[in-house]
Amino acid sequence: MANFYTDNPDLKHHLTHPLMEKIVALKERDYTDAQKYDYAPLDFEDAMDNYERVLDIVGEICGDIIAPNAEDVDHQGPKVVDGHVEYADGTKVNLDAVRKAGLMGMSMPRRFGGLNFPITPYIMAADIVSRADTGFENLWGLQDCAETIYEFADEEQKQKYIPRVCAGETMSMDLTEPDAGSDLQSVMLKATEQPDGTWRLNGVKRFITNGDSDIHLVLARSEEGTKDGRGLSMFIYDKRDGGVTVRRIENKLGIKGSPTCELVYKNAKAVLCGSRRLGLIKYVMALMNGARLGIAAQSVGVSELAYREALSYAKDRKQFGKAIIEFPAVFEMIAVMKAKLDASRSLLYETSRFVDMYKLYEDIAKERSLTPEERKEMKHYSRLADACTPLAKGMGSEYCNQNAYDCIQVHGGSGFMKDYACERLYRDARIISIYEGTTQLQVVAAIRHVTTGTYMSLIESYEAQEVRPELQNLKDNLKEMTKAYAEAVEKVTSVKDQAYNDLMARRLVEMAGNIVMGYLLVLDANRTESFTKSAEVYNKMAQAEIAKHSSFINSFVPEQIAAYKE
Amino acid sequence: MSLNIIVLAKQVPDTRNVGKDAMKEDGTINRAALPAIFNPEDLNALEQALRLKDANPGSTVTLLTMGLPRAAEIIREAIYRGADTGIVLTDRALGGADTLATSYSLAQAVKKIGNYDIILGGRQAIDGDTAQVGPQIAEKLGIPQVTYAEEILDLSNGYVTVKRRLEHGVETVKAPLPCVVTVNGTAADCRPRNAIRVQKYKYATSPSETGKLPEKIQELVKNRPELQLNEWSAAYVEADPQQIGLAGSPTKVKNVENVVFTAKDCRRLDNNDEQIEDLIKELIANHTIG
Repeated sequence: MANFYTDNPDLKHHLTHPLMEKIVALKERDYTDAQKYDYAPLDFEDAMDNYERVLDIVGEICGDIIAPNAEDVDHQGPKVVDGHVEYADGTKVNLDAVRKAGLMGMSMPRRFGGLNFPITPYIMAADIVSRADTGFENLWGLQDCAETIYEFADEEQKQKYIPRVCAGETMSMDLTEPDAGSDLQSVMLKATEQPDGTWRLNGVKRFITNGDSDIHLVLARSEEGTKDGRGLSMFIYDKRDGGVTVRRIENKLGIKGSPTCELVYKNAKAVLCGSRRLGLIKYVMALMNGARLGIAAQSVGVSELAYREALSYAKDRKQFGKAIIEFPAVFEMIAVMKAKLDASRSLLYETSRFVDMYKLYEDIAKERSLTPEERKEMKHYSRLADACTPLAKGMGSEYCNQNAYDCIQVHGGSGFMKDYACERLYRDARIISIYEGTTQLQVVAAIRHVTTGTYMSLIESYEAQEVRPELQNLKDNLKEMTKAYAEAVEKVTSVKDQAYNDLMARRLVEMAGNIVMGYLLVLDANRTESFTKSAEVYNKMAQAEIAKHSSFINSFVPEQIAAYKE
Repeated sequence: MSLNIIVLAKQVPDTRNVGKDAMKEDGTINRAALPAIFNPEDLNALEQALRLKDANPGSTVTLLTMGLPRAAEIIREAIYRGADTGIVLTDRALGGADTLATSYSLAQAVKKIGNYDIILGGRQAIDGDTAQVGPQIAEKLGIPQVTYAEEILDLSNGYVTVKRRLEHGVETVKAPLPCVVTVNGTAADCRPRNAIRVQKYKYATSPSETGKLPEKIQELVKNRPELQLNEWSAAYVEADPQQIGLAGSPTKVKNVENVVFTAKDCRRLDNNDEQIEDLIKELIANHTIG
């Protein structure tokens, strides 16, 4: 009888952010859909009520079905039968529930059978599902591949595939190959055009999440003789056409319910999605940005569960005559877990709102030309989304790993046993800072926003907002941190040495992240008082982190790199 | 074959989450302290009904409930999960009914509905635990009844085949339609609410509720018949005033006592994880522990 939406008031705080009014009005095109669809909202309040009602369903399914199934799914896992995946029993039950509840294709337009939700409430659902079972979140969350079809496929393809996703068919994105992981330019899967305009795919893909899905997006080499990203195109493979078999499922450390497949393509029929040669450089980049936001949501869900498990154990467990949460060493751990959770969640929804804003303008631009004002806003938010996505994914996924680690630490020896959820959580968390771009690659994506000043202008916009007097000292601290950050950026960028710059990049990005999240928590506390503790704890933590990074940067000279090299 | 399916359901206080203030000093239930919910086994019955509907396109599922006007809440719950419409049988004159008066009143409402192939309901409600209403309705309508149903295995050629879950095993029976089937909590859980239906039907209201909505929404309800839930009175279903409510209820509560559980039930388990786990699950499920 648990409900993972209603038992967590922090979610509603983020759902009701002031920017939502604009986002919803854009998404609903000033509520004109209400004329055509009997489930479209009449106005802003009606739309928000709809989001809450649907999140309530998500929360109930997660609390009553998906979370209770998580342990069995982890033990049983999927298997390969005749070249196809058979999910664990619990996974089948979970999928049946989310399908019947109509929770697939949440962000797709109503004309395709979707719910037409903005990204923000959809990401909130991902956050909730991840808390229930982060491995299952993968299967469910791959519905955002439909976003790529919606953005780049032709109308006929949209009509064909999107309604199927909304009706509950699953998706996968087949990118990685044995010799093309982080470096997708090396993808070799061969696509050959047929006289009838369709294509045939031949080759092997590896590490494909949910690789036996109904509808695949496939990155393949369409331009014979090319060697780099410009020879790659995006294809849609429909399982109904056949030609792809699952050779094996990886035996993994965690997220065992989510089948990670090796796929063999033997003359598999496929259709081109969008334009040739834009597969990697345009579509995969867009796909990955969406997926990274999903992984950021996954991180937050894992952090949430880690915090809850640790808190409840620390309250129950008595040693030396009192509950262990009474001991400073334990309550500090739990307070820091909560602060990291709140910080990463706040950044997650800030980012999702930025994504909503620019994508909505992009979508509207297909219907009419934007006003100069709107175009300016679109660019503004697009840049912010681009800056915040790697931050949310990179730091959020590191925080969720730290929280999973501390969750076991709070449990002591019991946490090391298979009896508590925290051991599964610990294993499940580990992939989150790796897939959809490692933390190190998130730094690569984020660093240009350090050097071009995107983070700094975002920080300045937060600084300009008034807060209650009792929060002022936190803002003053953040101002000091910002100064230290500016100095560190200045110092690092003044040295023209690529290896040195790259080595320092992580530190600068983390400093920016600490300050951004520090401000976001102050603004959260300003709107909802219950965030004050986290704002304070995070502020202390951020101060120490920034001092640490400053000290490292200040004392480091480029020649010292030699000591780090093998 | 399209079917007319009636599901009997009751809005009940959530006795599974009883706090200290659940009972008033005089021993009656303090309804204000307990959230009103869809009686759990009625949800199992609804799922069986929806499966029949899935298997027989064109079928309709109508929820019938007797209670306060607010019982329309469970009709909406049912519609969110796939039911088509519902009727609240509500009237001051119906208040204070025991199982005899309740089953009479509901049987009258069923007669008013008229055309039906099968009536499904939960085995019993968690507030009364009598399991009498379903069987009594069958009696009053003069049709067969199948109790303790766990699954409807088949419905064709005028017959329904039902698997019954009994104390010492299962039994499969076949009954001619129309009939009453009461469903056990061991049957499949009800499917979740559907996201589109929740948005589409959230303003589905009975006349007494519609009036309380903002004007703009009242207008919407007026223009969309599927949002208009039925509210029937005792007179509308042609109920004999002597057979309903307190007047029609021979059951009188003499005394209410607190029951204190004592350990007297002994069960022997084999020394294996499976049996121990089953027992723990059972004890958690019936709220003995946890």
